[in-house]
Amino acid sequence: MNKPVPPDELMTDEDGPLYAPRKKVYPQSVSGRFRSIKWRLMAVCLGVYYLLPFVRWHRGLGAPDQAVLIDFPNRRFYFFFIELWPQEVYYFTGLLVLAALTLFLMNALGGRIWCGYLCPQTVWTDLFYAVERLVEGDRRAQMKADAGPMTVKRAGRRALKHAIWLLIAWWTGGAWVLYFADAPTLVRDLATFQAPAIAYLWIAILTASTYLLAGYMREQVCVYMCPWPRIQAALTDEWALNVTYKYDRGEPRCSVKKAFDIRSLGEKAGDCIDCNQCVAVCPTGIDIREGAQLGCIQCGLCIDACDAVMTKVSRKTGLIGYDNDINVQRRIAGKEEIFKPARARTVVYASLITVVCAVMLYALMSRTLLDVNVLHDRNPIAVRLSDGAIRNGYTLRFLNKRGFDRVIAIDVDGPTDAKLHVIGADSVTPDRPMIVLGRDTTTELRVLVTVPFDEKAEKSVPVTFRVTDIGLGEVAFATDHFVLP
Amino acid sequence: MSEHNEIDRVSGRSTTGHEWDGIKELNTPLPRWWVLTFYATIIWAIGYWVVYPAWPLVSGYTTGLFHYSTRASVATDLADLEKLRGEKMAVLGSASLADIEKDPALLALARARGKTVFADNCAPCHGSGGAGAKGYPNLNDDDWLWGGSLDQIMQTIQFGARSGHAKAHEGQMLAFGRDGVLKKDEIVTVANYVRSLSGLSTAPKFDTAAGKKIFAENCTSCHGDNGKGNQELGAPNLTDRIWLYGSDEETLIETITNGRAGVMPAWVGRLDPVTVKALAVYVHSLGGGK
Repeated sequence: MNKPVPPDELMTDEDGPLYAPRKKVYPQSVSGRFRSIKWRLMAVCLGVYYLLPFVRWHRGLGAPDQAVLIDFPNRRFYFFFIELWPQEVYYFTGLLVLAALTLFLMNALGGRIWCGYLCPQTVWTDLFYAVERLVEGDRRAQMKADAGPMTVKRAGRRALKHAIWLLIAWWTGGAWVLYFADAPTLVRDLATFQAPAIAYLWIAILTASTYLLAGYMREQVCVYMCPWPRIQAALTDEWALNVTYKYDRGEPRCSVKKAFDIRSLGEKAGDCIDCNQCVAVCPTGIDIREGAQLGCIQCGLCIDACDAVMTKVSRKTGLIGYDNDINVQRRIAGKEEIFKPARARTVVYASLITVVCAVMLYALMSRTLLDVNVLHDRNPIAVRLSDGAIRNGYTLRFLNKRGFDRVIAIDVDGPTDAKLHVIGADSVTPDRPMIVLGRDTTTELRVLVTVPFDEKAEKSVPVTFRVTDIGLGEVAFATDHFVLP
Repeated sequence: MSEHNEIDRVSGRSTTGHEWDGIKELNTPLPRWWVLTFYATIIWAIGYWVVYPAWPLVSGYTTGLFHYSTRASVATDLADLEKLRGEKMAVLGSASLADIEKDPALLALARARGKTVFADNCAPCHGSGGAGAKGYPNLNDDDWLWGGSLDQIMQTIQFGARSGHAKAHEGQMLAFGRDGVLKKDEIVTVANYVRSLSGLSTAPKFDTAAGKKIFAENCTSCHGDNGKGNQELGAPNLTDRIWLYGSDEETLIETITNGRAGVMPAWVGRLDPVTVKALAVYVHSLGGGK
């Protein structure tokens, strides 16, 4: 842990600059349980991201057949069997609430699982590190090369590394734009330079951001830019499992030989042999033995490194592992370890997730596919006709969210003896107007409601427009008022 | 500035020589990139003078090499807009009024065009929603002075009423009182008679027979035997519930005494034929069209 700087040291003239120059991190390659979990998760995450736009989903004639598509020109969002209209964007609010709660739950159970395994910054940085090690060699080779002079061979390798990085970054940007248009068509257009300029622009932006964030910014994003580590510090509790150096077992650190000597005297020697492997493999360049800290994204690679060393020196593995300070203290006091995954907060998070899921599922299942909105004329709000009858005008907007045309009938309920007239649709049955709604679109019509002269008519009565699908029997309502001049 | 080159002991940098309460300001020159950018903007400004209008002269100004003018660019934009609308407006121009109303797309186009033109030209008298005011007809209802069919509305918009145009609607309510045709008590009597035609209450001592006689002698030539009006002359129907100037006794006495002759201007020549067509369709679609 950071030691406080004594006040007299702060006062010296030799105070450094206010910013610390970045110390380049050379994470060493490592293998083990967590490394293989990370490889697999990386394959899944990148696989989904790069390939999803090419998955097809049949929706019928005239509709796009891309499984996941954000169609800005036509203002539609497609996700497999779901099609959302712009006014249904609130579903995304539900998704965001769900995402936040899931992050909270993960945090309460196993610390920064998101940061260590799933965050795009982690995944792409991990990939870029792998490329770097493949081309320029492992930690030691890189450090040695960086300390030495620039040679032709080294320059060549460096150029190759940047070329591969740029290729990955470019592919990342390329995959991004495929979510916004028909992927196979866009790929062809991009290749023949016929795609819209905006596509090339976004590929350039995403290429640049991927290259800079994963190639150069790396752990600085987590340490300086990202708010999530700060939020997590406020969310966590003493029971959450975090990647922990079990100092009860590791301290005092000493070499294998010294430990043997001390133990033969009957005194306590720690299991940590101070080999620094946990520091060497760390992608953010921290020392886990200093305890929980902002820079630790809890990727578990130090666990793999330490376990390998412990196996070599024939000691029990798990000197670094998912643990918490309560258990460290209990072991020091000679008590049993206890784990409490089911606590008030995890139960609350889990139930909230269930509730939000249920609400969203219900909202999705009960989503209306036929809808009508009404807007009363503002000027004039009512018109007196020559026989004393009163007429009100309304604008009706129909929403047909189905993938085919449908015929609807419009009825009006409310005022006594109300007559309905649709402007531009007098050829069909006048007492019950029927109109055709185009597939997957909105239709706007002006309608007039006329009520015969009545001395005792109320100043304002509710009026309901009832829209009935003639074929399917689906019904939608819109309510407004019928008013006198 | 004698101390300009004094070196600050702590930072090892020179000071500006300015001192406040013993605190000296370090000399921190602008970064080179900033200075270069500053010079670049000066050069840019000079370039701007050369290519764009910049300096006022005694009469006029320097036009610059590009001869740029905001006035000209507005004119170009407007011309482009007309060109853009041209095709669609041509379709409106060639379709008949009835066809426009039958085709939903054309109807929507005509209504959209008509609505803006109405707001610019008609709203000052008829109101933004066409609801009219005292003396200015409500265009939403089904009572029309000069006829409410598409063609009749188009005719009225083109040539107006009492507008001075040769083809304008003519005919007016005479000033029976001012011109001495009817006496004061006769005017009161006929005003009450007119109220009775549409079922409105009359004065207690009102003589129906006298009123009917005065009406038959003076009013029927324009308003018809039973007061139903005549759209050829713009004579309103006196038996319905819509009153352009008001139906109370006082207003009717004023109308009969001084006459009425509201003016609708002629729009032919001021609005192009396609626009007038769109306007006619728009007014017709407000709800009262016949």
